[in-house]
Amino acid sequence: MITAAAAGLYVCHDCGKLSRVADLPEHPDCPRCHAALHLRKPNSTTRAWALLLAAYVMYIPANLLPVSTIVYLGHGEPDTIFSGVKVLFQTGDVPVAALLFFASICVPMLKMVGLTWLLLTVRFRWMWRPKDRTVLYRLIEIVGRWSMLDIFVISILVALVQLQALATIHAGAGAVAFCAVVVLTIFAAASFDPRLMWDLLDEERP
Amino acid sequence: MEPATSSHGLDELVACHDCDLLHRREPLERGERARCSRCNAFLYRRPKDMLHRTLAYTAASLVLFLVANAFPFMEFKIAGRTQVGHMITGAAELWGEGYAFLSFMVIFTSVIAPLFMILCLGYLTAPLIMGWRPPGMITVNRLIGHIQPWSMMEVYMLGVIVSVIKLGQMADIVLGPAAWAFAGLMFTLTAAIAIYDSGVIWERLDADAGKHHAAKRDRRLTGEATS
Ligand SMILES: [Zn+2]
Ligand SMILES: [Zn+2]
Repeated sequence: MITAAAAGLYVCHDCGKLSRVADLPEHPDCPRCHAALHLRKPNSTTRAWALLLAAYVMYIPANLLPVSTIVYLGHGEPDTIFSGVKVLFQTGDVPVAALLFFASICVPMLKMVGLTWLLLTVRFRWMWRPKDRTVLYRLIEIVGRWSMLDIFVISILVALVQLQALATIHAGAGAVAFCAVVVLTIFAAASFDPRLMWDLLDEERP
Repeated sequence: MEPATSSHGLDELVACHDCDLLHRREPLERGERARCSRCNAFLYRRPKDMLHRTLAYTAASLVLFLVANAFPFMEFKIAGRTQVGHMITGAAELWGEGYAFLSFMVIFTSVIAPLFMILCLGYLTAPLIMGWRPPGMITVNRLIGHIQPWSMMEVYMLGVIVSVIKLGQMADIVLGPAAWAFAGLMFTLTAAIAIYDSGVIWERLDADAGKHHAAKRDRRLTGEATS
């Protein structure tokens, strides 16, 4: 049981090629694909924390401001993410409401709380179940894209419902903030290096 | 030890990208996948007929992509009036309302990134099948990995379904040819991306570099022998 870093090897993040640290200059490029080589993603935790904090900040306007406004016969009805899901539950579209609840409310929360927890375990050197934490990290990476659902729905509604006096749907500033949360958490997850969780274990067991 | 022989030894190893554990590469059956013994991450695989199958799904994706973007996506009928929406109408409308960021994200994840994937996959697989090396193979093979997470057709398709259900309460919705083409595109491009394996391309490049190296050595040896 030895890691690439312990063996003095760079692993290329783009193509997976191994190269010896000793054979290469100080800021090396991959001999096969020319990507910059690092033993671990550079400033991984700092970047992930910064992007995550930005996501938390944007999460507030994303939930307080309306994401869309339906103007029906001259009467405007602004909807936030939460009120939109609530209305769907009340009108009886339970599967759609559950889907939007999952994609727009559960997924962003899971991503932000999950990443915060992963960063804390690395920060405070907790050894708890690295395999399960790695699975959680993969889950965060896979599920993140599904929060774009609400943004796509808004774009389709805005495109179709443009019947001036009769019915019109406009996007709201909340949608911009929400989309920013999605993008920021995708970048935050990509900045985090799951190998940091395993490094602690390898240090303990030389 | 000579650098050449030491780098040869490295080709027999593979590191896990999630936990950094080193593994010895073992020969796989066709279609098999190797996983990390410690964290179960995917390490490498030996795909069946990767280039031909990727190209077939990519070609189908290109046709469906063109249909999806050329024809009307949905019609919305209310009180005797009909509103026709195309694939890019949503992004254009958001742009018009001053939401440049939203407009960009929608068009990037639903149109630009999928098109980019189709073009890159075709650019790599078609020439390689015909036996020649397209210029910029390295860059294109790397770019595919970076763009792929931003191609979100399956999420967009779910958005279409949600919109149809939401609007169905207040009006009649008719799906146009583009919607069906887009549904097909979702399957063909997802299949093309799943079958495509960047490792096969990297192995080809390594094999080329090895041949180049051997040819240079042979030239040097024959040169020495004749002089
Ligand atoms: Zn590389
Ligand atoms: Zn692993």
